[in-house]
Formats: sequence, C-alpha cells, structure tokens
Amino acid sequence: MLLGRVIGTVVPAMLVDELSATPLLWVQPLDREGQANGEPLVCADGTRMAGPGQVIYWVSSREAALALDPWFVPVDDAIVGLVDEVRNYSPGELES
Amino acid sequence: MILARITGSVVSTIHHPVVDGRKLLLAERLDQNGDPTGGYLIAMDAIGAGKGETVLILDEGSGARQILENDRAPVRSMVVGIVDAVEIALT
Repeated sequence: MLLGRVIGTVVPAMLVDELSATPLLWVQPLDREGQANGEPLVCADGTRMAGPGQVIYWVSSREAALALDPWFVPVDDAIVGLVDEVRNYSPGELES
Repeated sequence: MILARITGSVVSTIHHPVVDGRKLLLAERLDQNGDPTGGYLIAMDAIGAGKGETVLILDEGSGARQILENDRAPVRSMVVGIVDAVEIALT
C-alpha cells in the first residue's frame, strides 16, 4: 500500500457493467513526506468517502478488487482507507 | 519478501473493515547493506514490530490473506518478521 492524494474525480461515459457502481478518483501518489512522487493514476474508491484533497492509501493488483463491494470486479488500483495523520519518527526516536 | 525499516505509522479512522484494530506501519525499503533504497511502503503489522526495527515484509496478497484469515482482505503488505542481522557471504 502507498500514500496518495485525491486530485480529482473521473466521470466515465461508458464502463464495463461490473464497474458501473464504482466511484473512480484521480490520485497523485505521494512519498512518505507527503510530496508528490510518480505519475497520477485512477483508483476505485473502496471507502466511497474520499474526495479531492483527501490523503488516502491505496492498494494495487488483484487486492484492489477486494477493497470494493461487490468485490469480484475488474479493478487494479483501489483506495482502502483515508489518512488522518502520517507519523514519521524522528531520528532520535528511531535510534532509541 | 522485502527488507525494510519501520520509520513511521499511518493513522486512519475511515477504512476497509479489515484494517480495524490493526496497525499500519510506514516502512522504508533497505538494500542488502541495510541502506535505504528510497522506496517505501505501508504494511500491516502481524507481529508487533516497533519503531526503527528492521523487518521482513511479505508483499503478496494471498499470503497476507492467509495471515489475516480473511479471504477477502484487500491487503498485500504484511510485516512478518523482525530481523536481527543480515549476513552477506562474499563470493
């Protein structure tokens, strides 16, 4: 799983039937400091509660489909949860 | 499996039910010398790994589902071991 920020929504004109009820969001992957890192991608929203600006974590490959309900859907990136806080331990904390 | 170091944690209130009561750890990937490669991942804790520890992370879904005993868990990365030392045999 990786961090990402929702930067928009995707409104499809036509989709395979299995995906017709799935919200699709445009997500910018982030590094662990919260800086943009990598190419944006489209994630299905398993929480159905994410929106633009929200920091999320997402899973890729077959596990993405399992984040959705119904789960037997053709999806390869999906949001699993919304992030309240990312805590990066300080060097002192890591040494102790 | 991936060698990594626990450098942080992720707090999440709204999430898939499988995350309930589980800790999400931020781990930086390490190379064979124990140096950061620059990559990271968010892994679910299965063994109680703590801050700064070098760990072994399983990054494969069906193994993760086996550990969670949940065949619908949307999880790929699990912390499955704490590493004491890595020895490299020079060839």
